[in-house]
Amino acid sequence: MDYATILQILDSAVRLMTPLLLACLAGLYSERAGVFDIGLEGKMLMAAFSAAATAAVTGSVWLGLVAGILAAVGMSLIHGLAAITFRGNQLISGVAINFLASGLTVLLGQSWFALGGRTPSLEGAARFGSITLPGAETLRSIPVLGPFYAEVVSGHTALVYVAALLVPGTWWLLYRTRFGLRLRAVGENPASVDTAGVSVPRLRWAAVAICGMLTGLAGAYLATGLSAGFVKEMTAGRGYIALAALIFANWRPWRALGATFLFGLMEAVANRYPELDMGFVTIPSMVMSALPYLLTVIILAGFIGRATPPRAGGEPYVKER
Amino acid sequence: MALPGTQATAPPAIELRGISKAFGPVQANRDISLVVPAGTIHGIVGENGAGKSTLMSILYGFYRPDAGQILVGRRDAGITDSQSAIRAGIGMVFQHFKLVPNFTVVENVILGAEDGALLAPSVSRARKELRRLAAEYQLDVNPDAVVETLSVGHQQRVEILKALYRQADILILDEPTGVLTPAEADHLFRILKGLRDRGKTVILITHKLREIMEITDNTSVMRRGEMVATVPTRETSPEQLAELMVGRKVLLRVDKAQAAPGTPILELSGLRMVDRAGVERLRGIDLTVRAGEILGIAGVSGNGQTQLLDILGGYPEAGAQVTGTARLAGRTLPLSGTDARARRHAGIGNIPEDRQAEGLVMDFSAWENTVLGRHRDAGTALMDNDAIRSRAAAQMERFDVRPRDPELAAKNFSGGNQQKIVVAREIESRPILLLVGQPTRGVDIGAIEFIHRRLIELRDAGAAILLVSVELDEIMALSDRIAVMFDGCIMGERLPDATSAAELGLLMAGASPSGIPPEQGQPDPDEREPAKGVI
Repeated sequence: MDYATILQILDSAVRLMTPLLLACLAGLYSERAGVFDIGLEGKMLMAAFSAAATAAVTGSVWLGLVAGILAAVGMSLIHGLAAITFRGNQLISGVAINFLASGLTVLLGQSWFALGGRTPSLEGAARFGSITLPGAETLRSIPVLGPFYAEVVSGHTALVYVAALLVPGTWWLLYRTRFGLRLRAVGENPASVDTAGVSVPRLRWAAVAICGMLTGLAGAYLATGLSAGFVKEMTAGRGYIALAALIFANWRPWRALGATFLFGLMEAVANRYPELDMGFVTIPSMVMSALPYLLTVIILAGFIGRATPPRAGGEPYVKER
Repeated sequence: MALPGTQATAPPAIELRGISKAFGPVQANRDISLVVPAGTIHGIVGENGAGKSTLMSILYGFYRPDAGQILVGRRDAGITDSQSAIRAGIGMVFQHFKLVPNFTVVENVILGAEDGALLAPSVSRARKELRRLAAEYQLDVNPDAVVETLSVGHQQRVEILKALYRQADILILDEPTGVLTPAEADHLFRILKGLRDRGKTVILITHKLREIMEITDNTSVMRRGEMVATVPTRETSPEQLAELMVGRKVLLRVDKAQAAPGTPILELSGLRMVDRAGVERLRGIDLTVRAGEILGIAGVSGNGQTQLLDILGGYPEAGAQVTGTARLAGRTLPLSGTDARARRHAGIGNIPEDRQAEGLVMDFSAWENTVLGRHRDAGTALMDNDAIRSRAAAQMERFDVRPRDPELAAKNFSGGNQQKIVVAREIESRPILLLVGQPTRGVDIGAIEFIHRRLIELRDAGAAILLVSVELDEIMALSDRIAVMFDGCIMGERLPDATSAAELGLLMAGASPSGIPPEQGQPDPDEREPAKGVI
């Protein structure tokens, strides 16, 4: 394997990890505040559809992005209403959101565009274009680092860089600000926040809204950055993979970056080598493309490390008597 | 009693007028008025469910009262939520701490009282402030320690620091000593006296009359949601307070005949236990409990008592190595490879330390709970629910479980009545050996008296009883012999009539028994007082 191939795989891994990273950070905000969110998948799907449909109709990827965010935030509000205001079961609400998105996207897609649930292919200003970072071409001649900068770091769409910046941003918000302190507290022991005179529901609503915005970014990237249009069930379980990555990352932003990169890398390798020839044995393509999902199962079964979820996660807050 | 004007002359720190609060059909507080003079320690006593905690939660703005007024420093405080209570200078230390376990002390202290959107300035100010408070009130805690690594006593200090950091002038503590060792409780009382001496007002909610007598200036008594009396503490007595709490005369001493010990029922020798982490929890326990006697095990919690009870109950900690020999009524009792069912079958009854986790299934009804552990006795897979129900109803009658509703879920009974359900089940199974762990933890005075009487009756009927309690008074009142446990060892055995609380306290702290020969000199009468069993 030569250096150029490695760079290609890494470049592809960065693209593929971006929706996972955005969704993983979305889940991080929600779950750190004590609201478990199994509906990341549905929100991403809804956002992908809204972004692609809007971009197809208006020809503007930015309007598509706004529509994607609005759609995901809308779904988040449903989850918040069920989980926070009505103190319902967060798993059931999340599953409902996934089913709703899965059905609604195909139904609306078919009735608006009559393409069997797809949206029309996007091109030009209806897609996110790649951004060449300054100096990418001039620095290319520097050995090793030059090509790495030009191939892997430069040349992505805006949302990839947004996702990358969100990692230190989230870390700073969580550990260096009042909002972050309260957010973490409300996911560990909401009574401590309540007795300190701070509203538990307001904090959780804020977290759920941020979660909606980030899944909106993830979905929009999927349909208008990574692909050129919406396809039925195009999230393909990425919401669940993001959840697995979140557990693997132990609900911490920098580790989320590492965990989602691992998943992105696996997907990239599987794409590059559909049938991996190991010399003595050839690994069939089914196994290769199942790799990220296998890793998800292994992580969720708790084989890797010990994850300590936010203590109050999944529990509606009720003042005790 | 409760006459206005009999109060101390200090201006009131806080005044409640006609507070009422109902939860559905339950009137938790009914028309409560109370004046707490500034710079005093004011005790509030009452049985579980008397409405003490509700009243204090109203004062802290955690609940809104249905009617009534709260005045702080003679002005309507306008307390509508915790935020406004904090602004009015009220701080609260809840019975179950409201701390974030994986936050540091300083993070917990500033939570909700940050100076601005960024944390750094708040943290550095809080650090400085914590140092000052630590020096002023003996509240030493490392500001950077993670709260879950601190002892319970230190966690409580963090709660007090939280209130003081918010400049509370009135500090409410709800059952603060329930989780503390005697030494920690003493330290807490010194802190509270220090707070009072610097002009703060302390409200102490408790059901332990000894604490009331020890540190309060005035005492208010609540019963069934009403305030029945407020008296200067030095003009009252534990007997009078107990009578006010329960509404009838209460026997604070346990009347019992001399024990008539028979044959050995439980014989332990060289019992050792090493837990999964490799820590030796029991280091060679030798004990004998005879038929018709109560052997009390005194000790600060965490010195191996729990492990001893768990092993005897047939459910040792997972991965623990248990060695040594045990005999039950002369027959060898296997120490490993056994289970709780076999133990029950062998005639060992068990009133576990944590009734909510081990004694009851909280969501099951009372009648279902009365057959737990005995549900196989009928020998058929089908349960005769009608028979169980009617037997449960009779049992609840005999043990005065209130309300007498076998269909009610265990979680809806008060702590004392939950414990009575467990005690009834275990005593009525006619054990030859009864294991009893913390039988009256969180149980109100009337129920304590009742449970103690039943244990004595079981002893007199010829059962052997192994009693573990961290309440020294309880041990001294009930036991026929007392063994003191420290760090997995039995430090010594004493007869309750020939020892003192002070001597037992030394043994509990790990002092070598040879250092204080029991026969040397009579303990002075004051120290012997608790030996007679004042609760």
